[in-house]
Amino acid sequence: MSTATRPIDAFLEQEYTAGFVTEMESDTVPKGLSEDIIRMISARKNEPEFMLEWRLAAYRRWLTMRPPTWAHLRFDPIDFQDIVYYSAPKSKKDGPQSLDEVDPELLRTFDKLGVPLHERARLAGVAVDAVFDSVSVATTFKKELGEHGIIFCAFSEAVHNHPELVRKYLGTVVPPGDNYYAALNSAVFSDGSFVFVPKGVKCPMELSTYFRINARDTGQFERTLIIAEEGASVSYLEGCTAPMRDENQLHAAVVELIALDDAKIKYSTVQNWYPGDKDGIGGIYNFVTKRGDCRGARSHISWTQVETGSAITWKYPSVILRGDDSVGDFHSVALSNHRQQADTGTKMIHMGRNTKSTILSKGISAGRGSNTFRGLVKVTPRAEGARNYTQCDSLLIGDRCAAHTFPTIEVRHPSARVEHEATTSRIGEDQLFYAMQRGISAEDAVSMIVNGFCREVFKELPMEFAVEAQKLLGVSLEGSVG
Amino acid sequence: MSALDLWRERHRALAPQLPGAGLPWLARLRARALERFADEGWPTSRQEDWRHTSLAFLEQSELVAANAGDAAAAVERLRAASPDGHWLVFVGDRFAPALSAIGALPAGVTLMPLADALATEADTVEAAFGRAEDGDSPQALNAAFFTDGALLRLTRGVALEAPVHLVFLPGGEAHGRHLRNLIVADAGAAATVVEHYLPGADGSTLTTAITRIEAGPDARIDHLKLQEEAEGAIHLAGIEARQARGARFASHSLSFGAKLARNDIRTRFDGEGCEALLNGLYHVDGRRHVDHHTLIEHASPRGTSHEFYRGLLDGAGRGVFRGRIIVAQDAQRSDAMQRCDNLLLSRQAEADARPELEIYADDVKCAHGATVGQLDEDSLFYLRARGLDEPHARQLLTYAFAAEALARIGLEPLRARARSALLARLPGGELLEALA
Repeated sequence: MSTATRPIDAFLEQEYTAGFVTEMESDTVPKGLSEDIIRMISARKNEPEFMLEWRLAAYRRWLTMRPPTWAHLRFDPIDFQDIVYYSAPKSKKDGPQSLDEVDPELLRTFDKLGVPLHERARLAGVAVDAVFDSVSVATTFKKELGEHGIIFCAFSEAVHNHPELVRKYLGTVVPPGDNYYAALNSAVFSDGSFVFVPKGVKCPMELSTYFRINARDTGQFERTLIIAEEGASVSYLEGCTAPMRDENQLHAAVVELIALDDAKIKYSTVQNWYPGDKDGIGGIYNFVTKRGDCRGARSHISWTQVETGSAITWKYPSVILRGDDSVGDFHSVALSNHRQQADTGTKMIHMGRNTKSTILSKGISAGRGSNTFRGLVKVTPRAEGARNYTQCDSLLIGDRCAAHTFPTIEVRHPSARVEHEATTSRIGEDQLFYAMQRGISAEDAVSMIVNGFCREVFKELPMEFAVEAQKLLGVSLEGSVG
Repeated sequence: MSALDLWRERHRALAPQLPGAGLPWLARLRARALERFADEGWPTSRQEDWRHTSLAFLEQSELVAANAGDAAAAVERLRAASPDGHWLVFVGDRFAPALSAIGALPAGVTLMPLADALATEADTVEAAFGRAEDGDSPQALNAAFFTDGALLRLTRGVALEAPVHLVFLPGGEAHGRHLRNLIVADAGAAATVVEHYLPGADGSTLTTAITRIEAGPDARIDHLKLQEEAEGAIHLAGIEARQARGARFASHSLSFGAKLARNDIRTRFDGEGCEALLNGLYHVDGRRHVDHHTLIEHASPRGTSHEFYRGLLDGAGRGVFRGRIIVAQDAQRSDAMQRCDNLLLSRQAEADARPELEIYADDVKCAHGATVGQLDEDSLFYLRARGLDEPHARQLLTYAFAAEALARIGLEPLRARARSALLARLPGGELLEALA
């Protein structure tokens, strides 16, 4: 097929649709990072002493660390002194008590993004803790959740209202010195979500946060902590879009999940941050540490992610299977088009008896994109009866993209069964020809093939997200076939 | 004095006696290699390629001389089982002419100890030798200290029917033995080469062994390595192949001995339509450690590679496998398949596997798989239902798992040799030998 403008090229070249900047007054600190900046951030947030100490300890630790270089990524070194570490919408100072008090400009932005606040939130049955740049502005459904004893609030709010819970669980899954970016996050994290589901409670609705990077040059450092007590269950959705930018923006989040006996946490992400233009200019650098701790027996943590955005993705949502009979899942679709680079995967650390984990990873590379799956399955000497199954498929679209698979298996118990399978395939001219012969356009054919390729992951997503994810893939891939 | 200074000291003392001492290119290469080794030191687990196998302990450990024992009897046993072939036997770090039988060679074939070749075939050796910068620091150590090995050179279109047997017995120097083999096959030539490392009577030492293979257009090289070193031995080996258009290369690596064995096996497709088979089998027990690192570079289009590694891990042994396949940009129509399967036979054994694919072309067929597990309960039940007791059923299934790797070895006498080496390691081996 050698028509002058190949349909796949046109499809690949479609540009990012959510790129707009909302002009708002921001309350920012000066550029750069030092103990003073950290004190300033902590003071602006009126944090108790223990939080400041924690941040400073993390910062001192960070100073001794070096950025990791093992990932299959290429980018210029980041100047950490050229970043603004805190930016809060001004109106937050008075603390909006209800939606009426929220800056209307902000609400309009959420409207554009389709965040279901207002009545729409209620109709959609989704409680949204919207993180606009670095501070939570409005939280809905708090009352309804409150009746069940569920705490769902901004992280900074939790620090004030539930310091005992924060102290008990913060940093117990991802310690401040865990890795370079986690240490940075621990020192400067701005805000994020806090979820606490008490014993025996099944959360009656999907909890959702929309993150949005907004103020120029502001790195965003969320910190999310989700705790499900004995027998509790919760499903959490995280979705992102960001306005178009010319400078690379650093994003280093930390997410910690803790599941006690018989608890279940399902964490779903659709990540669509600005990937840079088709020549790789601009775009978000996304260095995320996500980890779940199946602390209790029969607990279950499940990660589902659809990663279509960011210039660079460095992200390994992991599960520590500490409790006996605990279960960990990782379902991922990662797409890299144009000059995007993704190095993503998971770690499953089997420690308890009869623990099970499943890894299902679908990588799609197009244009000059590079997509790497990196995984670790570790079975410790006490993890009797551990079971892992890993399936890892790559789809290549175009002859200048790259797909890599780097799994590591470490097994120290003879009763373990660990299996890893990986395949690589491409969208062939013949497949497209077949579809087009039957009157299906090339774009639709690519969409269909890609959606078929990712189906096993999409079916793990909550309904609304699955629809969004399918659309996103279609849009992200436009112009990729030829 | 640090251990690295000791190596410098040793080199100063040995240099005049090392083969090829009069060759300026070699003297320069040895000096550069020594400096490189002294700079880098032994690899440690901080290096990504050595994450599961640290050699830092060699910094401390004293090397001891080994004793070959009755070398003649050992060689005789091997020759009785595979009468054909051209035999080169090395004891310690030197060629042993009395034990060897090179036999008649067809026209166009050069086969001789490397130390001799440095005198008579210096140009061939220089062209095929490699550089001081190749490989990791143990390979540099080898370049600095190598004393002998074999040179096999085949001119255009020559096929060597009978296999070349290189047999290595320990013995001699306390600073270890450092061996290098060079195999150069011109267009259309073919040969089978066996490298067999036997245990000695007592003592154990350090061995570094580097084999370099150049397969010209449409040449075929089959390489079988059988490593049965003594329990305390440290065996660090590299096999590096380059394949020109249409060349075929098969590597069978069977690693059954040594306290610590590391094999780096690499091949690169420099021309279109190459084929490679990397077949491996390893067995560890006690506290032994075996590590295979393989790399197949599909640098040209239409190459095919098949890789199969199997591990039997017993006692508190540890088996490490890292297999990388790189498909370069524009190496279209590449077909790469890789499998690594491990059988854990005891509570303390450990298996680490890293199958890796790096793909920069889109019209490719690539798949890899890795498993770690134990014997299938259903199969055990099946055998027990037919009257086998449990230990025997386990032995039979363990052997069956390993036999798949043996079956890929083409020549029957070599397959039989590999089989007896394996059975000597497995519990109930005599019985299985009788069955086989």
